[in-house]
Amino acid sequence: MATVIFSSELQRYTGEEKTTVGAGTYRDVVAALLDRYQGLPADEIQKMAVAIDGEIIHDPLLETVGEDSEVHFLFRISGG
Amino acid sequence: MSEAREFKYIGQRTIRPDGYDKVTGRANYGADLSLPGMIWGKILRSPHAHANIKNIDLSKAQAHPDVLAIATYQDFPHVQSEAFQAGEVPTDIIDLARNVLADDKVLYHGHAIAAIAARSESAAQDALSLIEVEYEVLPPVMDVADAMKPEAAVLHNNMFTQGLAEPADKASNIASRMELKKGDVAAGFALADLVVERDFYTPTVHQGYIEPHATTVRFEENGQAMVWCSTQGHFDVRASTAKLLNMPLGKLKVVASEIGGGFGGKTTVYLEPVALILSRKSGKPVKMVMTRDEVFRASGPGSATRSHVKIGAMKDGTITAMQASLCFEAGAFKGSPMGPGCMTVFTPYDVENMYIEGYDVVVNKPKVAAYRAPGAPQAEFAAEMVINEIASKLGIDPIELRLRNAAKEGTQTVYGPKLKRVGLVECLEAAKNSPQYQSALKANQGRGLAAGFWFNIGGLSSVTINMNPDGSGTILEGSPDIGGSRASMQMMAAEELGIPIDQLKPLVADTEHVAYNATTGGSRTTFATGMAVIEAAQDVVRQLKERAAAVWNITAEQVDWADGVAINTTGDDRLTVAEICKDAEKTGGQIAGTGNINARGAGPSFAVHLCDVEVDPDTGKVDVIRYTAIQDAGKAIHPSYVEGQYQGGAAQGIGWALNEEYIYNKDGIMENAGFLDYRIPLASDLPMIETVIIEIPNSFHPFGVRGVGETGIVPPLAAVATAVSEAIGVVMTDLPCSPPRVLAAIHGKS
Amino acid sequence: MSKTHVTTTINGDVTEFLCEPADTLLSVLRNELQLTGTKEGCGSGDCGACSVTVNGRLVCSCLVLGVEAQGAEIGTIEGIESAEKLHTIQEKFLEHAALQCGICTPGLIVSTKALLDENPDPTEEEARYYLAGNLCRCTGYDKIIRAVLDSAKVMRGAA
Repeated sequence: MATVIFSSELQRYTGEEKTTVGAGTYRDVVAALLDRYQGLPADEIQKMAVAIDGEIIHDPLLETVGEDSEVHFLFRISGG
Repeated sequence: MSEAREFKYIGQRTIRPDGYDKVTGRANYGADLSLPGMIWGKILRSPHAHANIKNIDLSKAQAHPDVLAIATYQDFPHVQSEAFQAGEVPTDIIDLARNVLADDKVLYHGHAIAAIAARSESAAQDALSLIEVEYEVLPPVMDVADAMKPEAAVLHNNMFTQGLAEPADKASNIASRMELKKGDVAAGFALADLVVERDFYTPTVHQGYIEPHATTVRFEENGQAMVWCSTQGHFDVRASTAKLLNMPLGKLKVVASEIGGGFGGKTTVYLEPVALILSRKSGKPVKMVMTRDEVFRASGPGSATRSHVKIGAMKDGTITAMQASLCFEAGAFKGSPMGPGCMTVFTPYDVENMYIEGYDVVVNKPKVAAYRAPGAPQAEFAAEMVINEIASKLGIDPIELRLRNAAKEGTQTVYGPKLKRVGLVECLEAAKNSPQYQSALKANQGRGLAAGFWFNIGGLSSVTINMNPDGSGTILEGSPDIGGSRASMQMMAAEELGIPIDQLKPLVADTEHVAYNATTGGSRTTFATGMAVIEAAQDVVRQLKERAAAVWNITAEQVDWADGVAINTTGDDRLTVAEICKDAEKTGGQIAGTGNINARGAGPSFAVHLCDVEVDPDTGKVDVIRYTAIQDAGKAIHPSYVEGQYQGGAAQGIGWALNEEYIYNKDGIMENAGFLDYRIPLASDLPMIETVIIEIPNSFHPFGVRGVGETGIVPPLAAVATAVSEAIGVVMTDLPCSPPRVLAAIHGKS
Repeated sequence: MSKTHVTTTINGDVTEFLCEPADTLLSVLRNELQLTGTKEGCGSGDCGACSVTVNGRLVCSCLVLGVEAQGAEIGTIEGIESAEKLHTIQEKFLEHAALQCGICTPGLIVSTKALLDENPDPTEEEARYYLAGNLCRCTGYDKIIRAVLDSAKVMRGAA
């Protein structure tokens, strides 16, 4: 199972700091989370970047999440 | 990446390919294009910081014989509220429209209201006075602390704070609140032997690029349009402008001129949509150039902040808890860099317990734009000042204190992922061993040290390399070159192809000659566009090998590639790039390679700066007498331009720390909108800036590159302010450390 | 208002132009004569991007009127190189990577030439104070000062 860790922003919807989901694609992970947490806003979470095992990915649609992966949802980062 | 790779071109100090045009005056910047029949546009700007617009009467201006077109907010078709990301800071398209031309309210002194195009620049300027605007003046809200008070005048009566536990029931100036936490700060502070907490202030500052915003546009009869402008991201200028004017992207061509500095400030649009409206209405090409006064009053700036930082440590220097409250001014519309401020504030530290809250707050100042590591200098200034005070109070060397708590591979960041391999410890060790740190100080002198962190980003880059029949090539990239990046692109392509750098000509192509590229920002260009260049070059090499195989009648797998030469592994044959390209028509046509990527794996860059100052106790004037900037580059492609980024970031940070600030009067009018009174560092203000390039390779980049452009502005604020504090014996919590403020601190002490 | 006819010498070439009484020399150079190598950064004499020489004296062309060019010898960035060969100062700016965005570079090169014409062997401090009227926001001046001092050294050797 992969571990998903929620930012304090997302914890407002999930009520917990982390959860585990089955490995699979990014889409599978998001679907599992939306299924599990009814209040989680789909549009907001789909706008966020993710970090899978420490690598920040801004457009994760086609990513896969491994069995032991750690997944964070985070704000998109820009710069100057 | 292969650790042992020997480089032929990477790491050399080559002459930049665009340099010849720049030292001779041939290079064309934003204001340098004129078109036949061109007319000039000028903007009427608000004389008030905060007012309702009751009426705009254009009749007299319209009657003026030299006036050919007028634009107002009413000329934006179909603009509706919609989250929109073009450029660096996420915005709402309706806010962008209302910043470009005010709707029914002006929100800062200098806010654009209407634009006039006339036959000459002076006629356009003169005709502005014929526009009659009736205002209802409102009280200005000029400071983030005032703006957050419940009784403050509200800028936007439809703005309700986002991010609260309970939805806001009343409009306010607080656009949003966020928090980040890990561990338990209360428990952490309970373990501490020493807790230090302070309030800090950083002023509104400007990016201060020397080239004002400028554009020349032409709207054509068939609905096609061309925009020439100075920008960090012409594809995002196209996206924003097309959205505002309801144009299909394919009808709008944007050409990036040479850019005379940006630092994040040229990542949005101000003039371009207005100029296009004027061109469409007049049927003529239109040129618009901001004055320096307009640049200060109506573009950029960087956020002012008020923050509170509290840090606890044990006697041995182990930090047990870190807490921050960071209030960022967004200017007239929401969207300050509060997010990255919160995410960076404590990232140089591997500490279990952290709690950070941030506020994005609107005030009657120009809408902020990104400024080099947006949000990080202000946030990390506050954190580093408290760290230095803890070191001083515990009697621990500030480098040792940082080494004891330094972020490293595996450190859990407060914003999400664990860090990969980073170079903070190596930067701290280099600082400890630097000649400056070993040197002694004299009376009235002080030394400050600070660390800095910035994420860096990747993102979309697209590159095409077209090979010529003589074996030379053209690199078409789409990242405006703000500090010498074409030299890096040339070197990286040469390294992959194995041909001399002068055989490759890098060009920043317009929006029609290369696929989309994200804006030059986030320290992404050498990293991400560099990766696209490498991929395009590898694509060329793959084709060259296939062509050689065709010539030799073998398979491509039987061809090796080394130093720009194809080698027949089944015999002794060799073919150079030039030989293969010369006969390309016989083996399948001309050769071009592409690299279209969404780069990820940007490696964070940490820095440590050391600053020595001397303070004149009679005047409060501060001179920086010695400065060393140390930063992790991953791999320096062109060391001179890497050093240049360190030095430039340091100089901007020194200006921020010592002199630069927007000064407003009680009516919200900026009183120092010029380079005489908004004093950026001069040659005579600075010493040589020593640099140390640390190279801890970024494993996600083929050559190990990390972005280097932004981190260098993060440490100077605290390094300089700590040095001043040490020299005068008073902790300087408010920037800038200008002579009046330093003198007041000295007098307050005695 | 009728325009004024001005005859002047720019980079050694006799040049004529028409200008309004209020037009600056900078505006004439850029907009009438298409000599856009001279840049505008502030229009108030604070940034030095528009540096030119008038009768050998270094000035901000945004503070000089076009009509004042009558009979004068004007030197701009376009006249620094000779016979398609870069001037030593230009070469040294490239070699030392003394430019990033390059917008201040023409002004700095014109000012550096004026400095070295006056003082072939400046100290670092003299160079810094002479060039204090030329703002650069990108480099922190370190590499510029190195390029200037190295130019001086080479030019002294060549003289």
